[in-house]
Amino acid sequence: MLHLIVFLPLLGFLIAGLFGNRMGATASEYVTTGFMGISAILSWVVFGSFWLGGAEPFTVDVLRWIQVGNFSADWSFRVDTLTAVMLVVVNTVSCLVHMYSIGYMSHDPHRPRFFAYLSLFTFAMLMLVTSDNLIQMFFGWEGVGLASYLLIGFWYKKPSANAAAMKAFVVNRVGDFGFALGIFGIFVFFGSVSFDVIFAKAISIAESGTVPDGPVFEFAGYALDQASALTIICLLLFMGAMGKSAQFLLHTWLPDAMEGPTPVSALIHAATMVTAGVFLVARMSPVFELSSTALTVVTIFGATTAFFAATVGLVQNDIKRVIAYSTCSQLGYMFAALGVGAYGAGVFHLFTHAFFKALLFLCAGSVIHAVSNEQDMRKMGGLRKHIPKTYWMMVIGTIAITGVGIPGTIFGTAGFFSKDAILESVWVGTNPAAGYAFWMLVVAAFFTSFYSWRLIFMTFHGKPRASADVMSHIHESPNVMLVPLYILAAGALFAGVVFHTPFIGSHHEIGAVDPHYLEFWKGALFTGPTNQILEMFHDVPKLVKWAAVLVMLPGLAIAYWFYIRSPDVPVELARQHNGLYKFLLNKWYFDELYERIFIRPAMWLGRFLWKQGDGRIIDGFGPNGIAARVQDVTARVVKLQTGYLYHYAFAMLIGAAALITYIMFTGVK
Amino acid sequence: MADLPILTITTFLPLVGALIVFLIWEDSEVARRNVRMVALLTTCLTFLVSLGIWAGFDNSRADFQFVEKVEWISEGGIAYHMGVDGISMLFVILTTFLMPFCILASWDAIQHRVREYMIAFLLLETLMIGVFCSLDIVLFYVFFEAGLIPMFIIIGVWGGQRRVYASMKFFLYTLLGSVLMLLAIMAMYWQAGTTDIPTLLAYDFPADMQTWLWLAFFASFAVKMPMWPVHTWLPDAHVEAPTAGSVILAGILLKMGGYGFLRFSLPMFPLASDTMQNFVFALSVIAIIYTSLVALMQEDIKKLIAYSSVAHMGYVTMGIFTANVQGIQGAIFQMLAHGLVSGALFLCVGVVYDRMHTREIAAYGGLVNNMPKYAVAFLIFTMANVGLPGTAGFVGEFLTLLGAFQANTWVAIFATLGVILSAAYALWLYRRVVFGTLDKEALKAMLDLNTREKVILYPLVVLVIFFGVYPSPVFDVTTASVDNLVATVQAAIDSEARSALAATGN
Repeated sequence: MLHLIVFLPLLGFLIAGLFGNRMGATASEYVTTGFMGISAILSWVVFGSFWLGGAEPFTVDVLRWIQVGNFSADWSFRVDTLTAVMLVVVNTVSCLVHMYSIGYMSHDPHRPRFFAYLSLFTFAMLMLVTSDNLIQMFFGWEGVGLASYLLIGFWYKKPSANAAAMKAFVVNRVGDFGFALGIFGIFVFFGSVSFDVIFAKAISIAESGTVPDGPVFEFAGYALDQASALTIICLLLFMGAMGKSAQFLLHTWLPDAMEGPTPVSALIHAATMVTAGVFLVARMSPVFELSSTALTVVTIFGATTAFFAATVGLVQNDIKRVIAYSTCSQLGYMFAALGVGAYGAGVFHLFTHAFFKALLFLCAGSVIHAVSNEQDMRKMGGLRKHIPKTYWMMVIGTIAITGVGIPGTIFGTAGFFSKDAILESVWVGTNPAAGYAFWMLVVAAFFTSFYSWRLIFMTFHGKPRASADVMSHIHESPNVMLVPLYILAAGALFAGVVFHTPFIGSHHEIGAVDPHYLEFWKGALFTGPTNQILEMFHDVPKLVKWAAVLVMLPGLAIAYWFYIRSPDVPVELARQHNGLYKFLLNKWYFDELYERIFIRPAMWLGRFLWKQGDGRIIDGFGPNGIAARVQDVTARVVKLQTGYLYHYAFAMLIGAAALITYIMFTGVK
Repeated sequence: MADLPILTITTFLPLVGALIVFLIWEDSEVARRNVRMVALLTTCLTFLVSLGIWAGFDNSRADFQFVEKVEWISEGGIAYHMGVDGISMLFVILTTFLMPFCILASWDAIQHRVREYMIAFLLLETLMIGVFCSLDIVLFYVFFEAGLIPMFIIIGVWGGQRRVYASMKFFLYTLLGSVLMLLAIMAMYWQAGTTDIPTLLAYDFPADMQTWLWLAFFASFAVKMPMWPVHTWLPDAHVEAPTAGSVILAGILLKMGGYGFLRFSLPMFPLASDTMQNFVFALSVIAIIYTSLVALMQEDIKKLIAYSSVAHMGYVTMGIFTANVQGIQGAIFQMLAHGLVSGALFLCVGVVYDRMHTREIAAYGGLVNNMPKYAVAFLIFTMANVGLPGTAGFVGEFLTLLGAFQANTWVAIFATLGVILSAAYALWLYRRVVFGTLDKEALKAMLDLNTREKVILYPLVVLVIFFGVYPSPVFDVTTASVDNLVATVQAAIDSEARSALAATGN
């Protein structure tokens, strides 16, 4: 069954990729979407067996891969609850996005290629989440990067799309630089890259209570004891996660990735690929649990990203970029939770986020589809009456992301349950950054509410700002696009209430871990003996429980005041605080900064080394200098054209002759 | 099979083909066609015969197999001694495999002096196979040095505008290296009294002598690799060489340096290799970063790929001198994979060069619009060049880095920077050549791959992915020999350390 889940998308990719043009676009669409449908249903079966059926983790061997000396990495699938959760997320969203794309891409001449890429992406992502070792994970990791590159650059005629595609790949490679080094470190430390071996060793260290001392390896000139070595390894792995999940400093590629078609943004740059970093840290939880320093760093970066991206999201005008920054910010929430050791909460937010963020993106796609590919919200407005279904779906997405719900009851959207769990965990978190993270996340929640409602109000309310021509063409999307919206909306509303008990444990007795949690995860998420989050996080002050809801309301109110009641206020505000406004609008000037400190110096250095290093120094003093002397001589003796050749043959002959003569002489002796 | 001198047959079969071509005197269209057919058939036949070597190869043995030994110059004990082990065998296969592609790539591109061209290539094949099969150091030297002559001719006669300059550069570099190697071979003979490679492998050279010999061999192999800073001949040679010449240069000739390190430097001079380890690491890391940065700024497609080759060879030298199993296996795999990938990339350049007659990156753009099949093939090779997992390029790069990490983390850190830079230059090239709108008039008439080009590129696509997903056939062959090599080197270093300890103890 697992073979089917993973390889059907690959088969779909091969069929659509190789024969797509011959069998036609419609056939390609049906084949890939049909395969994804089967894959998605089977994923739910696997998930159900873990959730309700009490299945045990298992491994399926597929093929030998790299076995060199004591290093071994094979192709195989390792399925536990965490994998099952990811299977469901990836395949459900992918299937719905495939379906949605049939409508969204219907005017595109390259549909077979598009669907092939989507299936390729899904396959790579499945390889990532089912891997039983770090190398196969790295394969999936870079594979989704390739698919992302191809899909961002899908409209290859647009220079901006090509630039964004390349940027995404290269920035991700910066993260992979750390990831690769982290894998090497893991191999040296644990003697294996296989999860089973790594986890067994890590858990035994955790249970013994102390990390044994004594130097294990030398890194960058420092002889490290085991504890610092583990910290370094975790930080390197986290660097990979930062690249893939667009965390602060390595986030610059994600907003640009919106150049790709909107279904791609929903699938890759919101629901699945960008959560791979979260998955990596959750997967490696037994190792991360051994280094509180590394976890603190994870929290700091997560919280900073959540705050930073939310501030930028406040002022963006491109509908997709607002959602992109929102994604970035929500990923920050997940990392903040992982950092305080609340892996369940982080993964739960990943799960719910997949529904409501995919929903928001697909709704945005529906809007863009309706208004003739316009993405600037300043040219929208008043669309509510024209595309009511899309409007209501987007409102559902918005109440989910802003976390509408009543604490202490079962009334709440998906985002309410998961975001609350994160805030509570961070509040009780014991690492030094937890306090900082809590306040950052609360402020970010306020911003989230503001920019999400701002998006709704600017797009759907007020007077239409589009041209009469666009307004006359406006139309609701076909059912093939709307049905995925309904399904995702159901998830955005109910995923929280249905799944929060197994994912994070519900309000049982204080000071003990909810048995539902343990039964569900079966050790797939590991928490060390000193990590008390699971016991503690339900026991928080009322105000903390209400914090998310309390900051959400003013966010909504201000957005309403700014964009419906008196639209002059934000304009005036931007004028008064022009510096701040520009700073946010230009994304804290990260692109400009990186251009200055990395790209231009690298290019300058490349040119310098080429012209001066190779050209002037090496060639100048080496061959050209000598050649000039040789030419002086040979020019007079032989025709230059052929002189060098005979010279060489001659020299070689003399050499060989001398050698043989010499050997014969000494041999006789 | 066991009785047939299969190595000799493989080695000299191309020479027979060259003789037949030599006998086709006339210069008509029919004759040219016959010449091409003879060359193609010869190379294909050679490849098939060489597969017999692989089929009959015993993976469990670390020593030399298919050994043939005939006395040649009895006074000095120089023999015609051939044999292959797990390290050399696959290079023979790589050579015979790439040759038919070279002939096919030259099918339409070469129109004058076809006969001489094919003779040069067939002769070159014999000499290259000879290098990998020789078990006598004099025989090795003869093949090794003579192989450069056909290459000179190929660049010098069928090359581009500045072919004289390129060949001159090549000549100066290699001359320096080979003279030193010659001296080293003499010294070795003087010391050990034999030129037989298996005997020399078992011989313990005194520690201080090892360093000198190592340096002399290094001079020759470093130029061939090429390592920084003796790499500047390569971009010029590539740029001037015809497509098939570039394929052979990047695919096989560059590997001779790496093979030399594995066959001579490491096992015969283990102590010197250990001493010089950091020196090689430094040069390798500089090569990886320096040439990647330079590649970033190139305006000529072939030059860009040539610089990227130098960077990739940096991983190889780094891997070899880690002297651990992962590093060396990675280096061998990297050489084989690079043989396929860089060969394929030069063939890709050849496809558009044949149509446009320019290598200027700026002259292209938007090729995906009218050459989608070409775009796919080029993308796969680009990704393999970048080292994407699942392609052949990943396995070697990853293992050499893993080996380096165990030897010296600084080296691994710097070398891993190469994965960022390689993505940058390779994708930037791809973007400028393939993506974008098709608005240059000259490009609009270009047709997608024809049948001949498909026959050339598609098998390479399949192999690049196959060996990325399932590299075991390669590792099965190399494991025994590499384990043996690592054990020997380690034993030599350990015993030296023990005797040094004993000396201080006394």
